[in-house]
Amino acid sequence: MWAFFHKLGSPRWFYAIASRFEPWCWALALILIVVGSVWGLVFAPADYQQGNSFRIIYVHVPAAFLGQSIYIAMAVCGFVYMVWKIRVADMAAAMMAPLGAVMTFMALLSGSVWGKPTWGTWWQWDARLTSMLILLFLYIGVMVLRATFYRLESAARAAAILTMVGVVNIPIIKYSVEWWNTLHQPASFTITERPAMPVEMWLPLLIMVVGFYAFFAAFTLTRVRSEILRREQSKRWVQDMFREKC
Amino acid sequence: MRQEVRSLDPLDSPGLLRARSSGAGLGTALSATLKRDLLMVTRRPGDALTPLMFFAMVITLFPLGISPDADQLALIAPGILWVAALLAALLSLDGLFRTDHDDGTLEQLMLTPHPLPLLVIAKVAVHWLVTGVPLALLAPLLGLMLSLPEGSYLVLSASVALGSACISLIGAIGAALTVGLARGGMLLALIVLPLFMPVLIFGSGAIVAVIEGGAWLAHLAILGAFLCVALMLAPWAIAASLRVSLHD
Amino acid sequence: MSLSLEARQLACERDGRWLFRGLDLTLNAGDVMRIEGPNGSGKTTLLKVLCGQIVDVEGEVLWQGEPLRRVRSELLANLLYLGHGAGVKAHLSALENLRWYQAISGDQVSSRDCELALARVGLVGFEEVPAIQLSAGQQRRIALARLHLTPRLLWVLDEPFIAIDAEGVAALEQLLAEHARRGGAVLVTTHHALERIEGLRSLRLAGEVAAA
Repeated sequence: MWAFFHKLGSPRWFYAIASRFEPWCWALALILIVVGSVWGLVFAPADYQQGNSFRIIYVHVPAAFLGQSIYIAMAVCGFVYMVWKIRVADMAAAMMAPLGAVMTFMALLSGSVWGKPTWGTWWQWDARLTSMLILLFLYIGVMVLRATFYRLESAARAAAILTMVGVVNIPIIKYSVEWWNTLHQPASFTITERPAMPVEMWLPLLIMVVGFYAFFAAFTLTRVRSEILRREQSKRWVQDMFREKC
Repeated sequence: MRQEVRSLDPLDSPGLLRARSSGAGLGTALSATLKRDLLMVTRRPGDALTPLMFFAMVITLFPLGISPDADQLALIAPGILWVAALLAALLSLDGLFRTDHDDGTLEQLMLTPHPLPLLVIAKVAVHWLVTGVPLALLAPLLGLMLSLPEGSYLVLSASVALGSACISLIGAIGAALTVGLARGGMLLALIVLPLFMPVLIFGSGAIVAVIEGGAWLAHLAILGAFLCVALMLAPWAIAASLRVSLHD
Repeated sequence: MSLSLEARQLACERDGRWLFRGLDLTLNAGDVMRIEGPNGSGKTTLLKVLCGQIVDVEGEVLWQGEPLRRVRSELLANLLYLGHGAGVKAHLSALENLRWYQAISGDQVSSRDCELALARVGLVGFEEVPAIQLSAGQQRRIALARLHLTPRLLWVLDEPFIAIDAEGVAALEQLLAEHARRGGAVLVTTHHALERIEGLRSLRLAGEVAAA
């Protein structure tokens, strides 16, 4: 187990393994997202209260899930990097961050698009939306901090520390904001809370969520592979590989 | 005269140098650092006054920008008092480690055999004493000017005192991460402001609660809990961040 | 217990460039070693690696035969490091600066010892003056006073002669030699020749090859 872990930590091995998994992840992501979108947007029944505008949950919910999961994944990567000095973990954290920020932004955007017909306003200081907004700020902080350091090593460690600090704070922020929200305004119904969704509605949602995760995996593998090549371009194995291909 | 001086000099004792063991004198080191930083403040009182002036001026902006109407101001007073205090504390955070970093004493502090997470607590404590506590003392006066309802002044002070301790601790992580960067001030604000939001919620929440006759003590208790968690975890993060910053 | 600081196969990479590689070094009681090399050759980095400030390098550093990562605090208890920054607080007086150093390094705080140390670096009459009013050389001397003040086995001095006048340089060289005679060891980077020190050892850093 440990031997495997450390093998995975070597950029060269990770590159090889990632190359094998990558096409499968892309294929899975593509199939699931296409099936999920068509089913969700075309065939699933309209909501009795919100009509067709509810269909935006097929984008909103998976994006929000990913936005939160990716931050946690970054923190795990940061931890692995700080403890075991595994560089691939840092590359993964660095490559995930923009996707996480984009997903969080998508969740906010879709939430506000949904909010217009439902609440009659583009933006409501709803607990979930507010937490997502703060999460977006956390992402931006980590990315800007990483970009500011000149040395790769320092950037990696600084970003890892900040991500871990952030992940400790996420539950605190989440519950604080929820509590603040209930105090200031009676909870209107939110985008995801609805009584007993019928199967035809939540099954495509589930497919979309899994599809988004597959996309996340595929995207990360691809970007980490190219980052490995970029950072290790002076290493012999990379140069050998390119010589073979030419 | 010179002879006498020489004979008293410890270095002139003829014996060989001995290896020393580590571990003794942590308390002395902590109190000396605490005293040194306080002494620095008395030498440059302007540094400690700036956040207070900032606090007062930002508060002045609100009646000018919104309305001098006492009822309106009273409604938003808890929020703007807290936001302004938070920004004032944030403003002073950038200097927390910067002068020590620039003159090399931070490096020397990190080269003592004592655990760095404990040493940084001394520095953070000084920051709170010279920023957080004065802000807490000034807040009621500004609250009065914003016609904050009577009976909420003590809670206002207590919430700012507790909350600013959290802000000093959490903000020190950001200050430590950005101390090696030339223009770290803006970045510092960017990375720590999201982390301050829970403190703001419960800080101003306590004041609103006492005005509306709610459970203000619960709010202060939650702030106290935040402080405990921050006190446990932040020093490690600060120490790790300083190590990163000093070797960039 | 005598002193031994050992480096085995140290290699340090910065920004895709090897500062040094396969570096072996042994420092024993009575040694004064000068680290040489052009600007940017990694002298300061090497000093920081040897006293445990920088840890992300390949190879191993041993203090008294034990790996540094395990005995770091023991090394620090026996180390006096003077870096690029003088480590002098501008708004405190020389005496206040030194007293803080005594306190944080676990020595007895004694104003009398501090005054004696200041006298030895030629700062009589400047004890109570805020350091900001002193010249760069005088500020440097405050830092150098710590050499007289705190008995430590290992001195690691990064460019200690900066801003010091000729007379001060001579005194400092003598002090280094004296320290070595008493069983201490010195690692120093400088562009001075250090002619007054007998048995001076040198380590040259030049790109990838390093030989002790």
